[in-house]
Amino acid sequence: MFMILGYPAPLMFGQLLLGLINGAFYALLSLGLAVIFGMLNIVNFAHGALFMLGAFVAWGLLNFLGINYWAALILAPLVVGAFGVVLEKAFISRLYKLDHLYGLLLTFGLALVIEGLARNEFGSSGVPYPIPSILQGAANLGFMFMPIYRGWVVLASAIMCLITWLVIEKTSIGATLRAATENAPLVQAFGINVPRMITLTYAGGVALAAFAGVLAAPIYSVNPNMGANFIITVFAVVVIGGMGSILGSIVTGFGLGVIEGLTKVFYPQGSSVVIFVVMVIVLLVRPAGLFGKGA
Amino acid sequence: MTISRRTLIASAAASTVPLAAARAQKPTLKIGVLTDLAGPYQDIVGPLAVEAARQAVEDFGVASKGYAVEILVGDHQNKPDIGAGISRQWYDRDGVDIVVEGGSSAVALAASEVARDKNKVYINSGGATSDLTGIRCNANTLHWVYDTFMLGRSTGGALVGAGGTSWFFITADYAFGHALTRDVSGFVEAAGGKVVGKVATPFPATTDFSSYLLQAQASGAKVIGLANAGADTINCIKQAKEFGITQTLGGLLVFISDIHSLGLAVAQGLACTESFYWDLNERTRAFSARIRKRVPERRLGMAQAGTYSSVLHYLKAAEAMGIAEAKKDGALTTARLKAMPADDDVFGAGIIRPDGRKLHPSYLFEVKKPSESKGPWDYYKVMATTPSDQAFRPIKDGACPLIKA
Repeated sequence: MFMILGYPAPLMFGQLLLGLINGAFYALLSLGLAVIFGMLNIVNFAHGALFMLGAFVAWGLLNFLGINYWAALILAPLVVGAFGVVLEKAFISRLYKLDHLYGLLLTFGLALVIEGLARNEFGSSGVPYPIPSILQGAANLGFMFMPIYRGWVVLASAIMCLITWLVIEKTSIGATLRAATENAPLVQAFGINVPRMITLTYAGGVALAAFAGVLAAPIYSVNPNMGANFIITVFAVVVIGGMGSILGSIVTGFGLGVIEGLTKVFYPQGSSVVIFVVMVIVLLVRPAGLFGKGA
Repeated sequence: MTISRRTLIASAAASTVPLAAARAQKPTLKIGVLTDLAGPYQDIVGPLAVEAARQAVEDFGVASKGYAVEILVGDHQNKPDIGAGISRQWYDRDGVDIVVEGGSSAVALAASEVARDKNKVYINSGGATSDLTGIRCNANTLHWVYDTFMLGRSTGGALVGAGGTSWFFITADYAFGHALTRDVSGFVEAAGGKVVGKVATPFPATTDFSSYLLQAQASGAKVIGLANAGADTINCIKQAKEFGITQTLGGLLVFISDIHSLGLAVAQGLACTESFYWDLNERTRAFSARIRKRVPERRLGMAQAGTYSSVLHYLKAAEAMGIAEAKKDGALTTARLKAMPADDDVFGAGIIRPDGRKLHPSYLFEVKKPSESKGPWDYYKVMATTPSDQAFRPIKDGACPLIKA
C-alpha cells in the first residue's frame, strides 16, 4: 500500500471522491443562489429552507400519494418553484428598488418562518426517506466502497449544472434574461414581460434548491434543519466563486468540497471552518471572487 | 409532533395569569421545565418532557390538595448562558422552587451551578455528563435518568463482551461527546480492549459523516463508537449503511425517537441503552397509556419519562416536608429528596445516592427487525438488564466534593 503525505492512498482517494460528492451539493445549491443574485440582485437567504422544503415535499409525495423518487425529482422542484412564485410575487418583488440588505433580511426572515413551521410539524430529528431500489448497494472500486446512490448524485448535479449554464449562457432566453438584468426598461421596450421573467427566474433558482433537496433526502436525515446546516457554507462558496457568476459557483462548489474532504483527514476539527479560511484569503486577494467580474 | 409550540406558550402564559389570585389563597410550588423546544434535541426532551411534567402533577392529584403547582416552560436553545439566564430569572423574579430537565450536558452543568448559588433545587433528566455527580456535583443537584458512565457500562460493555475488542470513536466535539468517549474508553480498556483512534467532529455543523466513517473503516477497528446524539447519530447510522461499513456500530446514546426517525429497516440490529421503554412491563405500559391522552402519536424516551419521574418524586417529598418548608431551603429539600426512596411507574423502585445520583436499572436493547415489529413504536427487545447497584459509577470513583467532605 503506497502512502500520500503519510496517509494510506486508498483513504486519500476515498476522501477525494467524498469531497466531490459533497461538492456536488454545494455546486447545485450555490448555482441557484448565483442565478437569483445574478438576475434579481437578491441575496436569497431562504435558499436553505427551500432546499429542506424540496426534501419534505419528496417525502410527502412518497408517503401520502405513493409517488416515487423519480417522479419526485421532477414534481418537488415544480411544487417548490410554484411556492417560489408566490414568495416572489407577494414579498420579494417589492424590494428590487431597495438596498440589498432588505432582501437579505426578508429572505432570512422567511427562512426562519419556514423552518419554524417545519419544526413545529415534524420535530427536529426528521423523517426517513429510502434510497430508490435501483440505486441501492455499492460498487467496490478497490480503494473504497462507492455507494451507487452517491455516484448518481454527482452525475445528476453535474448534468443539472451543465443544463443551467447552457440555458443562461447559450440560449436566446438566457440572453434576454441577462439583457433584462443589465437594462430592464430597454428590454421591456422590446415587448418582453420583464417582471414575469424575473418571477420565473426566482422560481427556477429555488427549483434548483428543491432538486438538491430531493437528491439529499435519501442521504441525510430529512429534517427541518438540513438547509440551515448547508446555507452558510453555500454562501461562502458563492462569495468565493464571485457573486452571481454561474461558472464560478459550479467550479468553486466542487473544488471546495474536495478541500473540505481533505481537511477531514488532516485536521477534522477544522473541517467546518476551512471553507471560511479560503473565503477570507480569496476576498483579500480578489475581492470580487475567483470568477467575479470586478468589484 | 402534536403539541404545537403555540399551545405550549399559550398554556405557559395562561398559567401565570390566575396566579396572583391563587397565591393569596393557597401556597404554590413552582416548577420550571428548562428544555430544548426547537433545536436538535427537541425530540429527545422538548415538548414531550413538558407534557410528562404536567402528567406528574395530574397523577399526584394536586387538584384535590391544599396547595397549587404551577409549571413554567423555558427554551435553553442548548446554550449554557441562556439556560443559566432563564434559571436565574425564574428563581429571582418568578419565585420558582425547582428546575427540572435541563437538556444537553453543557446547559445542565450551568443550571446546576445556578441552583447552588440561589440555594434552590435542580433535577436533570436530559443531560448525559457523569461529571454532574462527579467533580461538578453539588448539594442542590440530582442527576435522574442516565449518564455517560451508565451508557459506557451497558452498551460499551456489551459490545466488548461480544468480541468488540478494538474501538474507533466518532466524537461530537463538546462536553458531552468527550465525557462519553472518556467513560466508554475506560470500559473498553478495563475489559482488555483497546482504542485505536478517534476523531472529533464539529458540533452542531456536521451533516456528512462519511469521511469520518471511512477513517474509522480504514483504522481496522472492530467497533465504531458513536459518541454523539440525535441527528448526528441518525446521520452516522444512515451513512454507514450506505457505505457498506461492516464493522459493528456502537450507538452509545440512542433514544427511541432516533429509531423512529431512522426507520427499522435501517436501525435493525442496533444495540442501545435506555433506562425506560414504554413496553417494558405492566407499570411502564400503564404510564404510557395515561400519557397517551396528552401525546397520542409518540412514545416517550427515557429523558422525557424521567422528567415525569423526577417531578413526581419532588412533589412527594415536598408534601412530606410541608409546602412552606420545601420552599425555604433548596439544599435541605434536596437532602430530603435524597433520603426518600423513589417509586414510580417509569423506573420502578429506586434510591438516590448522597452524590445526587438516582439509581435504577439500565436496559440493553436490540432494535427489532421490521418483521418482528408488531405495531407502531414496537422497536426494542431487551437483551440484558444491569441492576441498579451496578448500572452507575461507584460513588467512591466519582470524586464528588460532597462525598469527600
